Amino acid sequence: MTKEKAQILDPEGIRRSLTRIAHEIIERNKGTGSLVLIGIRRRGVPLAERLAERIKEIEGGSVPVGTLDITLYRDDLTTMAYQPLVRSTEVPFSVSGKTVVLVDDVIYTGRTIRAALDAVMDLGRPRVIQLAVLIDRGHRELPIRPDYVGKNVPTSSKEEALVKLHEIDGEERVIILELPD
Amino acid sequence: MKLLIRGGTVVEPAEGSVLEQDVLLSEGRIAGIGRNLSAAGAEVLDARGKLVVPGLIDMHVHLREPGYEAKETLLTGSRAAVRGGVTSVACMPNTKPVIDNAALVAYIKNTGKALGLARIYQIGAITLGSKGEELAEMGDMKKAGAAAFSDDGQPVTDAALMRRAMQYARMLGMTIISHCENKELSAGGAMHEGYISTLLGLKGIPSSTEEIMVSRDLLLAEETGCRLHIAHVSTAGSVRLVRQAKARGVQVTAEVTPHHFTLTDEAVVGYDTSTKVNPPLRTAADVAAVKEGLADGTIDVIATDHAPHTIEEKDVEYDRAPFGIVGLETAMGLVWTELVVGGVLTPLQAVTKMTLHPARVLNIPGGTLGAGAPADITIIDPAASETVEPSLFESKGRNTPFAGRSLKGLPWAAIVGGRLVMMERRIADSLE
Amino acid sequence: MVINGKDLISLRNIPAETIKLILDTAEPMKEIINRQIKKVPTLRGRTVVTLFYEASTRTRMSFELAAKYLSADAVNIAAATSSISKGESLKDTARTITAMGADIVVLRHPMAGAPELLARTINASVINAGDGAHEHPTQALLDLFTVREKKGRLEGLKVVIVGDILHSRVARSDIWGYTAMGAEVRLAGPATLMPPGIEKTGARVYSDLEEALEGADVVNVLRIQMERQQQGLFPGLREYANMFGMNRDRLKLAAPDALVMHPGPMNRGVEISPEVADGLQAVINTQVTNGVAVRMALLYLLTGGAHSEVAY
Repeated sequence: MTKEKAQILDPEGIRRSLTRIAHEIIERNKGTGSLVLIGIRRRGVPLAERLAERIKEIEGGSVPVGTLDITLYRDDLTTMAYQPLVRSTEVPFSVSGKTVVLVDDVIYTGRTIRAALDAVMDLGRPRVIQLAVLIDRGHRELPIRPDYVGKNVPTSSKEEALVKLHEIDGEERVIILELPD
Repeated sequence: MKLLIRGGTVVEPAEGSVLEQDVLLSEGRIAGIGRNLSAAGAEVLDARGKLVVPGLIDMHVHLREPGYEAKETLLTGSRAAVRGGVTSVACMPNTKPVIDNAALVAYIKNTGKALGLARIYQIGAITLGSKGEELAEMGDMKKAGAAAFSDDGQPVTDAALMRRAMQYARMLGMTIISHCENKELSAGGAMHEGYISTLLGLKGIPSSTEEIMVSRDLLLAEETGCRLHIAHVSTAGSVRLVRQAKARGVQVTAEVTPHHFTLTDEAVVGYDTSTKVNPPLRTAADVAAVKEGLADGTIDVIATDHAPHTIEEKDVEYDRAPFGIVGLETAMGLVWTELVVGGVLTPLQAVTKMTLHPARVLNIPGGTLGAGAPADITIIDPAASETVEPSLFESKGRNTPFAGRSLKGLPWAAIVGGRLVMMERRIADSLE
Repeated sequence: MVINGKDLISLRNIPAETIKLILDTAEPMKEIINRQIKKVPTLRGRTVVTLFYEASTRTRMSFELAAKYLSADAVNIAAATSSISKGESLKDTARTITAMGADIVVLRHPMAGAPELLARTINASVINAGDGAHEHPTQALLDLFTVREKKGRLEGLKVVIVGDILHSRVARSDIWGYTAMGAEVRLAGPATLMPPGIEKTGARVYSDLEEALEGADVVNVLRIQMERQQQGLFPGLREYANMFGMNRDRLKLAAPDALVMHPGPMNRGVEISPEVADGLQAVINTQVTNGVAVRMALLYLLTGGAHSEVAY
C-alpha cells in the first residue's frame, strides 16, 4: 500500500518558495531582458505561469511563458508497453539567443530534464538554459543540477515526492509517499 | 470372402426404408439383408448404433490427374474419398489434357480400377478441350465408359453449341452437367456481389451470373428433351428456376455442395482464400433457399465439387488465388451436422441425395442395398464428432474453410466391392 | 480494424476512442512539421519500409517524411526496381523484409486484402496505404483530422462524398471513420459506380448530387479514373462533369463555410472545376500537410515498446 509519510510544503510554503525563486531568477540574470520561462508538462506549466506572475509583480515587465511536452524525447519509449500520450508543445516565441528557464515540479533522476534540454534545443539556440524546480529529491542518474530549488528533500528510492497544485489537482501541497515494496 | 454387417440401422434409399437389420456381403455383391442373418463362414462387423447405407457417391470431384498432380492424384483423391466414406466418385474432365476423347476416359477408368479404393468414374468433356468451340466425341466416350458430359469449370458460352450438345447427348441417353456461369457478368469477380464484397473491396459475382445460364439451359433441355443436371446450385433464383422447370416436366436434376448450404459470403471477411470458390459463397437468404430446395426435392444431389489446390497457390492475395474448396473428407460430417441435426433433411433423405440420386443421374450401379447390388457400403457413426483438421486429410489439398469446425456424424467404415477400404477414418493399405 | 493492436488495416470496427487518440496525437506532430528543425528523436533506430506495388509518389513521400521527422530510417521498395517484378510472391517479399529487421511495413497494393495477408505473415506492424478497392485508412484519418481542425468537431457534420464510390478505397475508409465519429455521410455518384449494399454502412445514397449537397459541411470529391469510362462504367466524361462535377454553382448549395476536399491527384474540369479546386473553401493542400502529421502519429502509436499496442 502506498501511504503518505510526511507533508513537506503547505500552500504558504509553496508560495514562499516560488517568490524566492522569482527573486533569484531576476537577480541571477540581472533583470528580465531576454528571459523566457518554459514549463515542462504537466506540473511545470502552472509553476512557470506562477513564476512569471511573481516576476511581473517584482519587475513590472511580463515574461513569455511556453509549454514543453517531452514525450517524444523520452529515453524509455522502447521499454514501455503502451506509447504514452503525446501532448502539444506550445512555445509561441523564438528561443534563439534567449535565457530560457525550464520549470518543473520535481527533479529526480534528471532524465526528464535531459529530454527537455534536447526538446528546447530543437526549437532554436538559446543563449543559456537554466533550471528551476520546486523539489529536488536527489538520486540523479545524469550530470544535471538545478539552478533554482524550492526545497531539497532527501528521499529514499522507496519514496516519492508528490507535488499537488490547485490548477491540476484541486489542492495545494507537497508530500512524501512511501511506496510498497 | 463373406462379411456380415450386424445390428446397424440400415438405410435403403431404393425402398425408402430405415430398419435395424443385418447385411451380408459375398463375392463383391450384396447377398442378403434381414434380421438375424447367419454369420456362418463370414467375418462379422458390429455396426450397432451406426447407420449402414449404400456407398456414398460424389458425382462432382476434381482429382486433377493428369496434369495437375501437385494438387491431387487419382491415388490421393481416392484415399480422400474413402476416408470421407465415399465409395464412388465422378471426375470432372478439366485436367491437362482435358478428358475429351475415349482413350483418355479409358485411361482414367483403368488407372482408377488399379488403385482398388473408391470406384472412379469419368465425366467426358462436352467440347474439345472444353474450349466451347467444337463438340467432343461423346459417342466414343460413352462406349469407353464416360458417366456424363460436362465442361465443368467453364460454361458452354455458345447457346447453339450447347443446344446441339443436348440433342446429341439425348440421342446417347446421357446427361449433360452444366456449369452455369455468364462470363461477362463474372469477369474479374472473386466473391458474391453484395454488401460483403463492397465491404472488402473485392469485385463481385452477381447472382444473375448463374441464373441467366440456368434459365438458358433449362429452356434448351426443355426444347431438346435432354437430361440436364445443374452443377453446384448456389442462388435462391437458381433453386426457383429448377423448381419451376421440374413442375412443367423438364428432365432436370440439380446438385448443391456442402459449402453452399453451410457458409455465406460473410466467411470471406478476413480474406481467407479457402473461402474463394466458384460459384461463390452466397448470402444467408440463398443458403436458406438451397436448404428449402433440398427439403422439397428440388435439389436432388449433394456433391462436393472437391477442388484441391496446393498451399502455395492458395497462400496469396485473394484476387490471385484459384477458386476451389476440398470437400471429400468433410462432406458427410457437414451433411449430418447442417442438414440432419439441423432439421433440414431426414437421414433417409440425406443418404438418398448422396447415393441413389447421383447413381440415377449418372446411370451407374450403386445407390441401393438391394440383393445383387455391388457391395459398396458406407457405415456412418451419427454420434461421433471431430474437429476438422486439414493436416489429417488424405487429400493433397488443404483448402478448406471448415478447419477448426466441429462436425457430427462421421463416416466410420467404407466398403468397396465387399472389401473394407476404410475403418475409423484410416485407409486399409492393401496396396503398399 | 486494429489486428492485435499491431497493424492498421481498416477503419471498420475501429473504436471512436482510437480514432480520437490518433487525431489527438497528430496535433503535436503537426507542430513539429511547422518547426524550423523538423525532427524529433522518438523513433531513432527504428526502420520503416514502404512497400509499394502501385505507383503513388504522394502517399509514399508522406510516409517517408513522417518516418524521417521521427528519426526512423525509411527504406522504399518499389515494385518496378525489386525482385517483386521478377515474380516473387508477397509472402516471400515480406519474409525478406522481416529478415532485414523492419519494424513497420507500409503497404500499397492493387489487391484488396493484401495487407491482411502481410500482417498474418510478419511480426512487424503493417500499415495499409491503400489496397485495391478496400480501404485507405490513413487518407481517411487525415481527412478527419483536417475537418476537425477546420470545424472544431466531427459530430453532427454532414459529409458528402461524390464520385466513383465503387472503386474508392478512400470512400470506404471515410465512411467508417466519419460514421464512427458521429458525422452523417452522404454518397453521390453514377449508379454504375455505386457499390451494392453500401447503404448498410449507414451512409445515405443520392443519385442527385445537388440534393446531397444541401446543407453539407464537407464535400469530398473523388478522382474519376479515365479508364472507368473505357470500361463502359459510365457514358462519358462530359456527361459525368455535367451530372457529378463540383462547380461553383453547386457549391453554393452546401453550407456557406463548407470545406472542399480531394484525395488527389485532381482531374480539373472533370470531377472538380478549377475555381472550386483553387477556391477559398478548398483545403486540399492542408490535407497534404496533415497527411504527414497523421502518419507520424500512427508510426509513433504503432511502435510502442514491448507489446506494440495502440493504447486505447
